[in-house]
Amino acid sequence: MSVTAAADIQLTASGRLRHFLTIEGLSRELLTRIMDTAESFAGVTAQNVKKVPLLRGKTVVNLFFENSTRTRTTFELAAKRLSADVLNINIATSATSKGESLLDTIRNLEAMHVDMFVVRHAQSGAAHFIARHVAPHISVLNAGDGRHAHPTQAMLDVFTIRRAKGGFAGLKVAIVGDILHSRVARSEIWALNTLGVDEVRVVAPKTLLPAHVEALGVVPYHDLNEGLRDVDVVIMLRLQLERMGSAFIPSEHEYFQRFGLTEKRLEKARPDVIVMHPGPINRGIEIDSAIADGPRSVILQQVTHGIAVRMAVMSMAMHAGPDLEVPV
Amino acid sequence: MSGPRVLIEGGRIVDPASGFDGTGVVCVADGVIVGVGSRPDGFEADHRIDAGGRIVCPGFIDLCARLREPGQEHKGTIVSEGAAAVAGGITTLCCPPDTTPVIDTPAVVKLVTERAEQAGKVRVLPIGALTRSLNGKDLSEMHALKRAGCLALSNADRPLANLLVLRRALEYAASFGLVVVFRPEEPWLCSQGCVHEGAVGSRLGLPGIPETAETVAVAQALPLIEQTGVRAHFGQLSSGRAVEMVAEARARGVHVSADVAVHHLHLTESSVDGFDALCHSRPPFRTTADRDALLAAVADGRISAVCSDHQPHEPDAKLDVFPETEPGLSSLQTLLPLMYALVAEGRLPLSAAIARLTVGPAAILGLESGRLAPGAPADVCVFDPAAVWVPAEGGWVSAGRNTPFWERALTGRVTATLVGGRLVYPGETAS
Repeated sequence: MSVTAAADIQLTASGRLRHFLTIEGLSRELLTRIMDTAESFAGVTAQNVKKVPLLRGKTVVNLFFENSTRTRTTFELAAKRLSADVLNINIATSATSKGESLLDTIRNLEAMHVDMFVVRHAQSGAAHFIARHVAPHISVLNAGDGRHAHPTQAMLDVFTIRRAKGGFAGLKVAIVGDILHSRVARSEIWALNTLGVDEVRVVAPKTLLPAHVEALGVVPYHDLNEGLRDVDVVIMLRLQLERMGSAFIPSEHEYFQRFGLTEKRLEKARPDVIVMHPGPINRGIEIDSAIADGPRSVILQQVTHGIAVRMAVMSMAMHAGPDLEVPV
Repeated sequence: MSGPRVLIEGGRIVDPASGFDGTGVVCVADGVIVGVGSRPDGFEADHRIDAGGRIVCPGFIDLCARLREPGQEHKGTIVSEGAAAVAGGITTLCCPPDTTPVIDTPAVVKLVTERAEQAGKVRVLPIGALTRSLNGKDLSEMHALKRAGCLALSNADRPLANLLVLRRALEYAASFGLVVVFRPEEPWLCSQGCVHEGAVGSRLGLPGIPETAETVAVAQALPLIEQTGVRAHFGQLSSGRAVEMVAEARARGVHVSADVAVHHLHLTESSVDGFDALCHSRPPFRTTADRDALLAAVADGRISAVCSDHQPHEPDAKLDVFPETEPGLSSLQTLLPLMYALVAEGRLPLSAAIARLTVGPAAILGLESGRLAPGAPADVCVFDPAAVWVPAEGGWVSAGRNTPFWERALTGRVTATLVGGRLVYPGETAS
């Protein structure tokens, strides 16, 4: 599989992070460095004074073409804890009243001498497009593009797994739910396989799996009981009802009957299984409240880790991280 | 009718219609071919074209090229794209009816053909609309379109309301011997797709157009074509399976033919990797197996024509996030080099390559051109099979620069094009 197209644009000639658009094409060493850097920031976020001056004087623009509260907030906190100035711009796009072109928007913001764009967009490829056209000094971080990638979410997920499990070798991970529309799943699959887990499974009805899903490096299951057998990690995905233009499932009720995570089903997994969810949760549709709030859930830790991981990626992309002198 | 007497000498003449392949002269007088191989008695030329080291063949007939006029002149005009066509060795082209206004009345047919005549380069054959305004519901005035000069009708990329409309349209078109051109694509199965539904599209998270969008449309149309007895043509097939279905029907005696766009013989789903909007195409580029099956069908004649599927765009049409960009490639000038690349790689015999660009499409529309026979229109292409050139500023004629082959070296360059015995490329200033 060719990964050069993805890798070329987000790394500098010396292999450092320049943009962070997708996990595809990034090495295990680089992903590990992101996690190690995040580990050093995890301490900062727990301190009384939660700031480090690494990005002082830099301006980060949260450029959101699609609504999001959680992701934007964690990016904003991450930038502020690195002492950057943050500008939030929400551009509601509607096909009918399309004003200036995306490129014009970017050019205008560039003219204000900003240093980083954090981009969320409803269309796959948006972050790549912007990265290809921005001024050379600007870094682009993908905060979710269409169905394509959400690499910081994937990094905070693997960071959470590493903290809980100590590593990746031998792990079996099941990703359950709407894989078809999920940028989170695509990025997680890249990250987990790059970090060397034993097996990544995807569990969903065929309507919610992309074509040739095996080519992504996963084993597909249509039966949750089978898919959960002996797994170490379960990642539940949100049923993205707002993205479903036509019939993918007959009803939420039937979906929960077949693919909802319950205590009983979770017994199939290993006893020390952890349960993850990128949020926001649809309780009673994809996951039982008892599990979401129970001892095996690491859902809130994921949120906390999100800030440290985003601080790590931001500082590395601006070449201001603690690893400044270490070649990748 | 009068025209200059032209002698094309020293070239290798390849005329698949007659099977002639050898060195000799081609003589032209009064707009028609008067001699092939040897000079008729008493022929004196006003103008000589030295074709030494070059290939002399019939001018190419392109079954699908958008000129963008009327209605989208910011993308291209009959003048600009006509000049690009003859620079690519194309002497006749068919333009689909999805202009603004739609080619659904004799007035619009006349507008296009008259502007093409004024431009004085390529012969333009407008394809008429199958339904009024391409609305998919009301039949166009097909007989009037035929009288205005349309040989074929199509609904371009627009869907028909239902299969009863299709049946009636085919019956009515069959009554007047009109060819109906399909761009088979089942609209519901395409959904919001913009790339081939397969491994690459899944990885990039780009909504897919499944192979079945094409095969289901072909499967729906074939029994109605057979029932109505209409002469039908499937344009720009993208999947090996659809080619098999058309070939199977043809073998049973159904009046069907098929073409493929030349870039579909080269590019695959992998071309869109990295979100390359220049490879955003409709139909999408599919798997390597599909590409190889298309090429095999071109080689053995199950696909009897290769077209440019030329779609020039202004730069902004491709400067956006991939799904928001407009599909299509500017491809009049890459038709020959991309075909010749297959010959040079030993994947396609030269005579077959030229046949699919000349006598093949001529037979689909019942044209006299596409051959180098005495009495045939003197539409001739002379090209240098060894010349390497780079699509770039200067050598590019089309208003649309939207090609993934931009600044990539191509082999095979047209050196002279004659339409009706007149040298239309290179222009007077350049020759």
